[in-house]
Amino acid sequence: MSIHLIMFIAFGVVCVAGAINLLAQSHPINSALSLIAVMGALAGEFLLLGAEFVAAVQVIVYAGAIMVLFVFVIMLLNAGAEERTQGSRVAIILGVPGMILGSVLLAWVVLKHSGTQAVAVGALPGPPSTIGQLLFHQFLLPFEITSVLILIAIMGAVVLASKPEAVQKRKEH
Amino acid sequence: MVPLSYYLVLSGILFACGVLGFLIKRNIITIFMSIELMLNGVNLSFVAFAAHWHALAGQIFVFFVMVVAAAESAVGLAIIIAVYRTRETLNVDQVNLLKL
Repeated sequence: MSIHLIMFIAFGVVCVAGAINLLAQSHPINSALSLIAVMGALAGEFLLLGAEFVAAVQVIVYAGAIMVLFVFVIMLLNAGAEERTQGSRVAIILGVPGMILGSVLLAWVVLKHSGTQAVAVGALPGPPSTIGQLLFHQFLLPFEITSVLILIAIMGAVVLASKPEAVQKRKEH
Repeated sequence: MVPLSYYLVLSGILFACGVLGFLIKRNIITIFMSIELMLNGVNLSFVAFAAHWHALAGQIFVFFVMVVAAAESAVGLAIIIAVYRTRETLNVDQVNLLKL
């Protein structure tokens, strides 16, 4: 058993435990913290695959920026523990066995019918310089389009989250 | 050395947990976090395939997924705030009409 496999299993256990904890917790803030744990462990998996820049961006953008936004909204809205309803009980009874069955089936098919070629540590070095060259040459148009998307998202967020009275007041002036 | 299939199984398990959370959770913010979990599972399989096929384009695609996730969470959380302002609840069972 190589050190690579041991680290893969360690990060993978943290990932799956965090994901299950996200489902088990009833308070949103606990779910958010376990999602941050999942994202940190996933960054470790990216490092094992030799994707250093992706791992860094995963921690900065996902675990940093996006999750801080989530935690801000949870605190702003003072979200309490969720209550169980009829619909959620039906979803648990049907959903949990279905998803476990589906995951086991998928795992069996993938493990049984795929090549078992191993991925080596640092097999594909993805230094930021190479990624930047690819991003600004081959993928320049998608990159520019995402900047427009981000701009639209910012404006949409400002319009949606602004208070209705403030919009009303602006119209009167 | 870890086989590619192990990474795919881990990514599948994360995606399945995300789908399950989407189905069983009743808090709109937790449902939103389940979507992020699904996107993370897909990102892992993108990076694993990029390493397996020696194609850096897979890593580039992860960045686009992250950008779309960031835009989605910004707009989605703004919608959640707007919904909470009009209905004063975060339970999706009580948010079944677009218009009050």
